[in-house]
Amino acid sequence: MEFLLVLGFPLAGGLVLAATGHWKRAAEINSAFSLLTLLAAALLTLRVIEHGPQLLFDEEIFIDPLNVFLVALTAFVGFTTSLFSRPYMRIEHDHGRLSSRRLRLYHSMFQMFSFTMLLALTTNNMGILWVSMEAATLTTVLLVSLYRTPASLEAAWKYFILCGVGIAQALFGTILLYFAAEKVLGGGSGALLWTHLDAVKGQLEPTVLSLAFVFLLVGYGTKVGLVPLHNWLPDAHAEGPTPVSAVLSGLLLNVALYAVVRCKVLADGALHSNLPGMLMMGFGLLSVVVAAFFLSRQKDVKRLFGYSSIEHMGIITFAFGMGGPVASFAGLLHMTVHSLTKSAIFFAVGHAAQKCGSQAIDDIRGLIKLSPTVGWGLMLGALAILGMPPSGVFASEFLILTTAMKEQPWATPILLIALGVAFAAIFGKVQPMVFGEPTAKRLPHKPAMLPVFIHLGLVLMLGLWIPPYLAEWYRQAAKLIG
Amino acid sequence: MSSAPALVLQFLELILALLAAPLLTGWVNQCRAWLGNRSAPPLTQFYRQLAKLFEKEVVLADNASSLFRAAPYVIFACMALASMIVPTLSTDLPFAPAADAIALVGIFALARVFAALAGMDIGTSFGTMGARREMLIGFLAEPALLMVFFTASLISHSTSLSTIVETLGQREFAIYPSLAFAGVAFTMVSLAENARIPVDNPTTHLELTMIHEAMILEYSGRHLALIEWAASLKLYAYSCLGLALFFPWGIPETTGPLSMLVALSSLVLKLAIGGFLLALIETLSAKLRIFRAPEFLGTAFMLAVLAMLVHQLLETAT
Amino acid sequence: MNGHLPLYAQVINLLAAMLLLLSFAMLAQRRILSLINLFMAQGMVLFASTVVVAAATGQHHLYWSALLTLVLKVMLLPWILHRLIRRLNVKWDVETLINIPTTMMIGLVLVIFSFNLALPISALAGTITRSTLGVALAAVMLAFLMMITRSKAVPQVIGFLAMENGLFFAATSATYGMPMVVELGIALDVLVGMVILGVFFFQIREQFDSLDIRHLEQLKED
Repeated sequence: MEFLLVLGFPLAGGLVLAATGHWKRAAEINSAFSLLTLLAAALLTLRVIEHGPQLLFDEEIFIDPLNVFLVALTAFVGFTTSLFSRPYMRIEHDHGRLSSRRLRLYHSMFQMFSFTMLLALTTNNMGILWVSMEAATLTTVLLVSLYRTPASLEAAWKYFILCGVGIAQALFGTILLYFAAEKVLGGGSGALLWTHLDAVKGQLEPTVLSLAFVFLLVGYGTKVGLVPLHNWLPDAHAEGPTPVSAVLSGLLLNVALYAVVRCKVLADGALHSNLPGMLMMGFGLLSVVVAAFFLSRQKDVKRLFGYSSIEHMGIITFAFGMGGPVASFAGLLHMTVHSLTKSAIFFAVGHAAQKCGSQAIDDIRGLIKLSPTVGWGLMLGALAILGMPPSGVFASEFLILTTAMKEQPWATPILLIALGVAFAAIFGKVQPMVFGEPTAKRLPHKPAMLPVFIHLGLVLMLGLWIPPYLAEWYRQAAKLIG
Repeated sequence: MSSAPALVLQFLELILALLAAPLLTGWVNQCRAWLGNRSAPPLTQFYRQLAKLFEKEVVLADNASSLFRAAPYVIFACMALASMIVPTLSTDLPFAPAADAIALVGIFALARVFAALAGMDIGTSFGTMGARREMLIGFLAEPALLMVFFTASLISHSTSLSTIVETLGQREFAIYPSLAFAGVAFTMVSLAENARIPVDNPTTHLELTMIHEAMILEYSGRHLALIEWAASLKLYAYSCLGLALFFPWGIPETTGPLSMLVALSSLVLKLAIGGFLLALIETLSAKLRIFRAPEFLGTAFMLAVLAMLVHQLLETAT
Repeated sequence: MNGHLPLYAQVINLLAAMLLLLSFAMLAQRRILSLINLFMAQGMVLFASTVVVAAATGQHHLYWSALLTLVLKVMLLPWILHRLIRRLNVKWDVETLINIPTTMMIGLVLVIFSFNLALPISALAGTITRSTLGVALAAVMLAFLMMITRSKAVPQVIGFLAMENGLFFAATSATYGMPMVVELGIALDVLVGMVILGVFFFQIREQFDSLDIRHLEQLKED
């Protein structure tokens, strides 16, 4: 029941918002639907905590600690983003950058996007997982090109083509997976259900599974933004509206990574070798290093944080690649805190860019004088994402680094250097943005900073104290990942 | 095998080739005329042309070397040998052991080299240009031809033409996608090698487009007759080769008189149909610009390689 | 040898070979209208092979996916594409970034690569049509190559769709088709994607007065 609501609210929201068109209260309706989704997700979470994993609808839907935590996170960030987007999009509208029709598209697609992500998270069928990932791409293509500027069209085109190609690789991987499963489980749709596959993973043909995993990793990895398949990510983040950047970074990347992790569990079971782990560690490290060195060359603030997302996705992929209870725990924690922090940063960046009328780092100066809340929000967010204690990012990165020292010592110096470079790059760029001399004249608008501080507060809390039930939940999920 | 009747048969095959080749060329020209709504020359026109040329005196350029004079004989000998070793009437012939696919390509190449050298010998610009173009086409067509042969050899596990034809002729009916590809590639190569329309036009003397004709522009009298005859033998050899590889039914392994008769009639029938199809292709297509010829032959090469790959993947599986 | 294969397997092999040939033809094609027609022909081959597999194996759901292929890939998508190029008034020759013979050679290498990749897997398959997996992979790779080498938006999209064709062929040939739910979902995605792209083309043209994606190369790392 709760589950139906979780998927039903965003779907209904998308349809209603598409049907009614843009009117004064569309943004509020959008938030309301997101809130309902969040409530439903909370109920669903409670049920899973109480009754354990759930198999619904002829086993097509599977909810376990791993995905229910992501469902809750997705619903939560979706809701706060809708809160942020209400004043933000209104200002964009008032400045004449968006027409009413585009706003209607935006609101409707925002809900549809939530729907596809939630479906991808909850489905038990690897085929449906692929379908919903593709649908998530399609819904966001139109969001990225919302401004219809040459740059945004280019970003959207790149996004579509690259992710389309990537997702096609993932489909081939899925076909291979089905091919391997068919021999053990027989034909029919049972052979693509993750729970069934998980039960027989030891008997799956290793050759096929290793090839399938490579295709799946490359395919879904494109959506995670792993280097060298990351080209779309900075462009899409920079050129789309800021709320879209926030959900792309905060949620979509997580969902894609979730798909990779699900596949890794199967591949691990079938292969008896560490190939999947090694591949993920390799891609992860490469992403961290490349992104860290690209950070210092960025001139656009949203691109800057886009690259930062690549870096953090690299860290998480590396953590899951290492495997083991501690690393997986840290990976899940990092997923949570990264999504919260990164979306908070994008909220702050959005307001800052609106205030200064530009996204260029050089044009944003002296935020602390222009608007102290935005300035502090950005500064705190940047510090949090850089892993300053006591933020949650520090806790998870610390766990990952210490595990790496123990299990993959060769990787630790690389990680440390990359993190250092990233720190210098981001801090060096954010500091003058916040504390420099203001150059732009102040554009009047009231920022909605509440979501930023809620997110940052949660991140701080996770750094200092993880609620026991949450920790337990992470532990269970980490055990699933292995 | 090398008994007297077999030798006679081999000899017969040569005579047949020498006689039938001009007839085939005449037939193709006739069909082209019909298809082009022109009144056709008689079937024996080519014989008369040869006879006329043999009667005429040879005019040589002052600076022609002995190579220039020797080339027509070499070319003619190559083509005669080629049409002898291609299995037409029987696969059990004294020359069969020599009938290797790769050797055959070599024989064609030898003839081409001589033709090109002779073309350059006099030093006229047309001869040189023709030779250059001919070598360009040969350079592209040969690998494609080899690939076609390799596909057939892979199927029959031998590069000997007789074995290939035997295997292909006796197999139970099965669809070979690889042979279909190879057949198309072979057709394309044949068109190019025999200076046929999309690549060259055997009837034109337009300086910008001619290839083969430019090379032999300096020849006259019996030399020209030999070269023309060799060209028709080449067409005959290619046609028989194509028929043997892709439509091998009707070629007997034994040398009985009855089976000979069957073989002969089926050969005539197949050549007639093949000649008509050739004329049809020539009528329907337009000549390519010379710079497009590499693309045309590249496609042929690609098809031939594809044929090989497809054979490896699809047909060896079970 | 081939003679031992049952007739329907031979027919499927033939269709596989045709699919491969069509992929190459698309790679070599210079004109956009012919490209669409080739895409349609590929759809026909897919439809035929799916029907043959369905008839040979008695997998009834395959008839449905064959029907889906027929409607979507032979009728609907080519129709949308034709309409698009008419509405956008693009009939130009396709420009390629690398010349065509080179592209073909790269294509050949890709085919060899994918055949090799598929060989160990084909050996494991229990289906009659297993050897076509290599062809399917090759078709995917060739479509990928086509997307890379074309500079215009419409051919790139056709390449994308051709890639989906290859994947579909992989699904039917290696596993007798994916479960129906998944196939419906994939078809829906392709269709929606196509519609979105149609909208997108108009946006691009409105902005640049051209569908040359070389206009879309402003966003670069400095």
